Amino acid sequence: MTAPATAPAPVPEPGAAPSRRPRTGPRWPVRLAAAVLAALGLAVLLVPPLVQLDQQLVDLRSAGLPPSFEHPLGTDQVGRDVLLRSVYGLRVSFLVGLVAALVSMVIGGLVGLAAGSLGGVPDRLIMRVVDGFTSVPHLLFGIFIVAMFSPSPVAVVVSVGVTHWTTAARIVRSEVLSLRSRPFVEAAISGGAGRLRVVRRHLAPHLAPHLLLATVLMVPHAIWHETALSFLGLGLPAHLASLGNMINDGQRSLLAGDWWSSLVPGLFILVPTLAVAVLGQHWRDRLNPRLRSELSL
Amino acid sequence: MLEAREITVRYGRQAALDRLSFTLEPGRTTGLGGPSGCGKSTLARVLSLMLRPASGTVTVDGRTVRGWRQRAPRELRTRVALVYQQPRLAVDPRLTLAEIIAEPSAAAGRADPDRAAALAAETGLTRDLLTRRPHEVSDGQLQRACVARALSLEPRYLICDEMTTMLDASTQAHLVAVVEAYRERSGAGVLAVSHDDVLLSRWAHRTVRFDRP
Repeated sequence: MTAPATAPAPVPEPGAAPSRRPRTGPRWPVRLAAAVLAALGLAVLLVPPLVQLDQQLVDLRSAGLPPSFEHPLGTDQVGRDVLLRSVYGLRVSFLVGLVAALVSMVIGGLVGLAAGSLGGVPDRLIMRVVDGFTSVPHLLFGIFIVAMFSPSPVAVVVSVGVTHWTTAARIVRSEVLSLRSRPFVEAAISGGAGRLRVVRRHLAPHLAPHLLLATVLMVPHAIWHETALSFLGLGLPAHLASLGNMINDGQRSLLAGDWWSSLVPGLFILVPTLAVAVLGQHWRDRLNPRLRSELSL
Repeated sequence: MLEAREITVRYGRQAALDRLSFTLEPGRTTGLGGPSGCGKSTLARVLSLMLRPASGTVTVDGRTVRGWRQRAPRELRTRVALVYQQPRLAVDPRLTLAEIIAEPSAAAGRADPDRAAALAAETGLTRDLLTRRPHEVSDGQLQRACVARALSLEPRYLICDEMTTMLDASTQAHLVAVVEAYRERSGAGVLAVSHDDVLLSRWAHRTVRFDRP
């Protein structure tokens, strides 16, 4: 969130020590997002070892129970605890989302690095391939890929990784093109550095924070895709506690008034996504020194 | 001899250099003056093999240059060293001054910390400065490191593109003295690019003036 454009800039008191860190807006959303992510992270790490979940268990006597002391967020239509399954589902989604984001970033990073550092005809050829991939609706392409496998986490990772590398490729390529024209890279080339050394010594260290940020922002996106594919019955196996499977199951009992069995897994997707987006925006502001210096004026 | 023949460089439709010929002799300092935007820095980049001209040829000691930037043979690239006007843009902000000075030797696979330390001392950098990063030193100290880096591979030709423009008088005098000492010792050719006519008249053996294109 930024201050209104008409608001006067705060004037430091004469003689006051300059602030070490320029303010880039209210800090509470960042702290709240970090706290939410930390809590969810601890939950997915600590709950599964402490409370075992039988993925195949069906208890029809407890089916469709509303939130209570015994089941804080109710049970689904076959009597499974929604909170426990949501935590297990989030763990699977986090894992699949993280690996899929890493796969897409590695593919995209290498393609972007090759395009940006080779330049000329190879760059143009590579970018036309990127355009080709981008022109295909990636959810449809993802469904096509995942349909070739039986439902499994690996199929989802391959599907998301293969359809989402183009963003990373564009980010890396544009950053490499910008870096290549900087005098310090020119000085390295003039000093005899070969292509590999320039990439390793001067380009990669400058690209790493941008690529890391893109990976972090890709994780919730990958989770959304995993959820969408599972919701369509193409992602993770139906018995496995995954957020997409839970929403898919829950929608059938929605008309019977069991709102919790869809809402809870939905919130488990939405809340971490928003938290990552807030942290990612904050990180992006800190990464961009130009924006930082403008904000500190 | 570093020679540019009939060089034309265009930025879009604007010709920065139009069929220009220029010669830099070894062992002598040639001044290059002229107003801003007349193509001095463009010629410096062409002569250092970092900018491919639209037409014309560049020869380094009789060898015609066929590729530019990384496509130029390493041995030709390192014969010509360039010192930039703005040292802050010319160094990797992540590296320490010692790493900046040693970078060309390390790229050549023969890192020599003693040689880097000697060059640092020659350009007036004290030991405590060598562990600092660019944002922790002044422009003058950074330019000293850039001159040390340029000299580290003992280039046959040294191009100083407005090297002293941003510096105070004492740093200016010291760096010019370092470059002149290197020229006398090694017999290298020096191209001093500047819009300061007084400096060029005292520094260069001969001065070429460019007018606006």
